[in-house]
Amino acid sequence: MQRHLTEDLFRRVQPARVHRSLYTDPDIFELEMKQIFGVAWIYVGHESQIRNGGDYFCTQVGRKPLIVVRDASGTLRVLHNQCAHRGSMVVASDKGHTDEFQCCYHGWTYHLDGRLKAIPLQSGYPHDFDPANPKTAMLQVPRVSSYRGFIFVSQATDGPTLENSLGHMTTSLDDMVDRAPDGEIEVAGGTFRHTYNGNWKLYLENLCDAAHPWFTHRSSIDAAQQQKDDVFSDGSGEIAIRQMRQNGAPYSFWESQVGIWTYPNGHSYLGDYHDDAKLVAAMNDPLFRDYIAALEAKKGKDKARQILQVRRWNSNIYPNLSFMSQFQQLRVIYPIAVNRTEVHTYCFRLRGAPERMFRNTISFANVVNGTGSLVLTDDLEIYNRIGLGLTSEGAEWLEIGRGYQSDLPDEHGGRKGKNSTSEVYIRNMFDAWLGFMASRSMAVPQGAVT
Amino acid sequence: MSAATETAVDGRAALATNADWDRQEYDDFLLHEARLLDEAKFDDWLALFTADAQYWVPSEPEQKSPHDTVSLIYDDRRLLETRVRRLASPRIYSQEPRSRTSRIVTNVTLEQREPDHVVVRSKFAMIEFRRNEQRLFGGTCFHRLVRHDGRLRIRLKRVDLVNCDAPLDGIVVPF
Repeated sequence: MQRHLTEDLFRRVQPARVHRSLYTDPDIFELEMKQIFGVAWIYVGHESQIRNGGDYFCTQVGRKPLIVVRDASGTLRVLHNQCAHRGSMVVASDKGHTDEFQCCYHGWTYHLDGRLKAIPLQSGYPHDFDPANPKTAMLQVPRVSSYRGFIFVSQATDGPTLENSLGHMTTSLDDMVDRAPDGEIEVAGGTFRHTYNGNWKLYLENLCDAAHPWFTHRSSIDAAQQQKDDVFSDGSGEIAIRQMRQNGAPYSFWESQVGIWTYPNGHSYLGDYHDDAKLVAAMNDPLFRDYIAALEAKKGKDKARQILQVRRWNSNIYPNLSFMSQFQQLRVIYPIAVNRTEVHTYCFRLRGAPERMFRNTISFANVVNGTGSLVLTDDLEIYNRIGLGLTSEGAEWLEIGRGYQSDLPDEHGGRKGKNSTSEVYIRNMFDAWLGFMASRSMAVPQGAVT
Repeated sequence: MSAATETAVDGRAALATNADWDRQEYDDFLLHEARLLDEAKFDDWLALFTADAQYWVPSEPEQKSPHDTVSLIYDDRRLLETRVRRLASPRIYSQEPRSRTSRIVTNVTLEQREPDHVVVRSKFAMIEFRRNEQRLFGGTCFHRLVRHDGRLRIRLKRVDLVNCDAPLDGIVVPF
C-alpha cells in the first residue's frame, strides 16, 4: 500500500492545487508520521524547561511519547518513554527532576542517558543477559540539536544538520532571543492545549494566511470596534480589544502592507500587520520606552535599533512549530490522527525586560492562543469545518493558487509573495512535503526487526 | 496588585461561619445566573456584574494570578462586554449552530465575609451540546459579591474547571 502511495503522491500535489486526500486519507497520514515526523527536525521544547542536570519533561514526536532530559553532564538527551523490559511507559509525570528513571513494573532503573543502571532479581535472567547491551537501554533518539535554546530532534541517523535545515529561518529564532536585554529567554506563564477534528497541516496553513482574519474573525472585529474605551480594564482587555481591531484592517492593507516570505524545507514567515502603538515594540508605549532603554543599555543603541527593526508576525518552521517574537508566543503542533490535531502554546519571558511586559505577553496569549479566546475559537471552528467539509467528497482538488503567477524570488534563497495574501507559503510547505514523502526514507521502517 | 489577585480564593480556606447568613438569597442569585446563561440571555447576565468586574477561568489548578499565567478566559469588564457583544453577532461562526447548555449549581457555601463583600463558593456541572457532540464541564465557582442599591452584583467570578489543563476544543459559551 505505502509503495503504491509514494509513487502516486506526485500526482496529488500540483502547482496550484492539492488533492483532498492529503487531508483525509489515513494511509497518507501514516506515511507522513514515518516520512516527515520520523525524519525531519521536530521541535520538542526549550532549554529553559530543563536548566539543570536531572531536569526533564515529557513530549511527543508524531504520536511517540518521548522524554527530553538534561543528564548529569549537562548534555541534552531525548529518550523513547518505554521500558526495555516489558514496554511500560517509564515516566508518567509531565515534568520533573530526577537522578534516574525507574520503571514501576519490575523496577528496571536507567541512567538519564537511557543506559541500564540496575535490575532487581538480576540472577533470574538468562545467562547471556547483558545489562551493558544497548538493547536493554531506553532507546535514545539518534539526533538532538539545539539552536539558541530551541531543542529539535530528528529520528533519522543522518541528514542535514538542524542549522542547514533551518536555513534563513535562524533569523526568526534569533529575533525571539535577541529581544531579551540579557540575551536569554525562558518558557513561563503556563500552557494552552487546544484540539480540533481536522488535519495537522491546516494549522500552519492558517498561521500565515492574511486573507482570512477580515472574514473569519468578523464577529470579534465588530464586537471590538463597537467597544467603548472608557469602560474599566486592568490592561488585559485593552490589549485583547486592540488586537481584535487590528484583525479588521481593510483588504487593501492586508494585500500590500504585510509581506509573506518562504524558504526551503517548508518554512515561512508573515510580516507584521500592526499599526497600533500599544501592540508594536519600538512605538510610543511608555512601557516600551523602559524596555528599549534596557535593551540599549545592554546591547548599545545601534544594535537595539537593529533588533527592533525586525518586524515579523508568525514564523513557521515546518512541520510542527510556529512562533511570534513581538509578544513572545510559540505554538507546537501534534498530529494525533488524520482528522485530529492537538496544539500546545507557550509564552516566553525576556530576561532583563520590565516585568510588566510579561503581563502583556500573557494578555496577548489569552487573545491569540486561548482556548476561550474570542479570536482563536473561530479559527478552531474553521479547522473543524474543513474536517467536516472534506468528508462530503465534493471538489476533488483544493485550491492553493493565490499569487502563483506573481510570486518573486527572495534574496536569501526563498520565494516571497508579491501580494501578502499569496498562498506561496502553502505551496512551499507542499514542496517540502513531497520531498519528505517521496524520499527513500532514512528512518527505520515501521515494524522492521533489527 | 490587581483586585483579581487580591481576591484569588484559596479553595482550602476555612469556611466562614455566620449564623445570620441568608443562604437562600445567595442560592437564588446563583440559580438565577445559571438560568440566564442556559437561556442565552447574555446581556442580562452581563448586567449582574459590577462596572469594575472580572471574570476568570484559570488554565491551571490553584492558579494564583491571571497576570503571570495564561487563562482559558480572563476578562476585565471591558473585554467581558466585548465577549457578550460577540455572542450576539450573526457572524460568530463558532456558535453556528448555537450551543445548548444545561447547568446544575449546588453545594453553596459562604467562603468569606467582609464588610463590603462576600465570597460564595459553589459546585457546578454544565452539559454543552453542539453539532452532535456533548461535552461535560464541572468544577468550583467562587463569586465575589457586592451589594449595589440593595441588589447582589458580581465583582469577580472565578471558575475552576476540574479539567482546566486538558486539551480542549474552543470554549465560547461562558460557564
